[in-house]
Amino acid sequence: MQERHRLGEEEITRELFRPLVTTTPMMWVGFIGLGAVLAIFVFAVSWMFYWGLGVTGLQRPNMWGFMIVNFVFWIGISHAGVMISAILRLTQAEWRRPVTRAAEVMTIFSLMTAMLHPVIHTGRPWRTLYWVFPYDFWRNLWPDVRGPLVWDPSAILTYLTGSTLFLYTTMIPDMALARDRTTGWRRVLYTILALGWRGNERQWKMQTIAGFLLSGLILPVFVSVHSIVSWDFAVSLVPTWHATVFAPYFVIGAIHSGVSAVVTLMALMRWLFRFDHYIRLEHFDAIGRLLIAVGTGWLWFFLLDIFFAIYPQEARELEIMQFRLFQWPFNVLTALIFIFGYFIPVPIWIFQRFRRNVKIMFWTSILVNVGMWAERYWLIKPGLMRKYELTFDWNWYRPSIVEVSIVLGSFALVGFLLLVFSKIFPPISVWEEKEGQHFAQQLQVGKRVVNAIVREF
Amino acid sequence: MAIREVLGLYRDLDSAVAAADALREAGFSRSEFEVLSNAPYPEGTFGEESGIHRLFVFPLIGAACGFAAGLLITGGTQLSFPLLTGGKPLLSIPPMIIIMYEGTMLGALIFTVLGVLFESRLPWIGRALYDPRITQGYIGILVRTAPEREAKAIEALRKANPEDILTENGNVGKQPARS
Repeated sequence: MQERHRLGEEEITRELFRPLVTTTPMMWVGFIGLGAVLAIFVFAVSWMFYWGLGVTGLQRPNMWGFMIVNFVFWIGISHAGVMISAILRLTQAEWRRPVTRAAEVMTIFSLMTAMLHPVIHTGRPWRTLYWVFPYDFWRNLWPDVRGPLVWDPSAILTYLTGSTLFLYTTMIPDMALARDRTTGWRRVLYTILALGWRGNERQWKMQTIAGFLLSGLILPVFVSVHSIVSWDFAVSLVPTWHATVFAPYFVIGAIHSGVSAVVTLMALMRWLFRFDHYIRLEHFDAIGRLLIAVGTGWLWFFLLDIFFAIYPQEARELEIMQFRLFQWPFNVLTALIFIFGYFIPVPIWIFQRFRRNVKIMFWTSILVNVGMWAERYWLIKPGLMRKYELTFDWNWYRPSIVEVSIVLGSFALVGFLLLVFSKIFPPISVWEEKEGQHFAQQLQVGKRVVNAIVREF
Repeated sequence: MAIREVLGLYRDLDSAVAAADALREAGFSRSEFEVLSNAPYPEGTFGEESGIHRLFVFPLIGAACGFAAGLLITGGTQLSFPLLTGGKPLLSIPPMIIIMYEGTMLGALIFTVLGVLFESRLPWIGRALYDPRITQGYIGILVRTAPEREAKAIEALRKANPEDILTENGNVGKQPARS
């Protein structure tokens, strides 16, 4: 069903540029609230740097804790942004237009936040950077390419570079639009970023082809990145980590949490920026249908992971799996993952009237990501804190207030960066919305006039 | 040979299409004028656009460069620091594939964007007639022609009810000046 409103060129520009020129009270609340949490984040990180990793709950053998869990979570969130954008561009889905820009930006900020975690997790990041940049080649030392900790940064940096270029390329026409409508520092900034864009046919043709080409190239990278992140765990010998199913399982989990995060973002943009004409109920309906399939796929891999751990009847795998499924607090966590990740949201999404309810979509998407964060913790921690053969020492992991602050602060960081972005750049692609208006037509079908999209194939 | 520019500004699509038709009827080839707009129109709206491009070559070159860089980094580091592990071959192919794959994709992505910029002739720092009203929704028809055909171009553009006609010497108005 097409619920598109016929909007004039000037109306689209004015409405989509509104966040750049006006700051609503809700945005101020967002800036101040997120800024306050961000200040706590900065304080917690500074505290940890000053006193050392002893202020965290990390100890042998729990050397990976909340920060690495959060790293995996944010990598996951980053995935669906570009995935949604790329798939919708490749298939020329008309409902992509209001979603792609925000989803791509979310990808970039989530990736940056994710990359921050392994760095601060070292406790003394400046020492790490000292040994890495420049690399100590003069002593004939080289990175060991056989280790996943070299694959991981190479994949993430490829993804971050690709996503940033993807976003920037599609933003050039809007930079030209902003250049022609602003003065002062903004005009200087947009003039530089617009690169002298004039909007001739050749430039538009290249822009269209670039959308397809970059989408086609970024999709395999997106699949590879979370596979490689999963190998940080899967190529080790820690029970329950050492599983071949990890790569697709991580990818589908990333899509589940990431698409849900896109829903959260869509709802927030609708409420904060009053983009009701652009982010319409039909968009929530469409993405809700996608989420049913993705969520069910994720459930299948979740069960497969448990099944593969149990089926070979290996004592060490069974030991950890028994711990994860039946012992406090992981038994509760297992239930939470099932309930929050699937059994509450998916049955709700089956009904169209709920998919078209923004509040319900918002809260169910939040629920999914609470479940998915718990799932990351559930996947990573039990294997480290449990005794099995050849374990020298074992201990419980109890996150400290510093780690909790870092996790909460990471959410504030992404939210704050998204708000800052929307104050400088239009959060919905203006030229793509206008292009959509060119394709929107009213067709006479019998005695009725229906809204339709006319497109050449 | 000197080239003169004339820019006709049109408020709506029908007028702009009429202007393109008028230019063709006046003997201007498609390569002599271009259409400036704030959003893409379906291909062929203003007639067949001239100009071939080689954008598809860029990702292939980038992929080859990225693959070579990946091979050099992975193979080179293992050979430069030959550390035999458990009697296994020095060059470990599976992890090399991972880095080479990422290198290939990174090269392809970077070169695609470079290709898009190159084929779009960006960054554009030269001078060309332009009007900010184009990003507001007006459609511009920019004619590049010999000085002796400038008047003919203006005349053709005027037939399609323009909002304004700009030349390098300024605004010449949508109607001819009365003598």
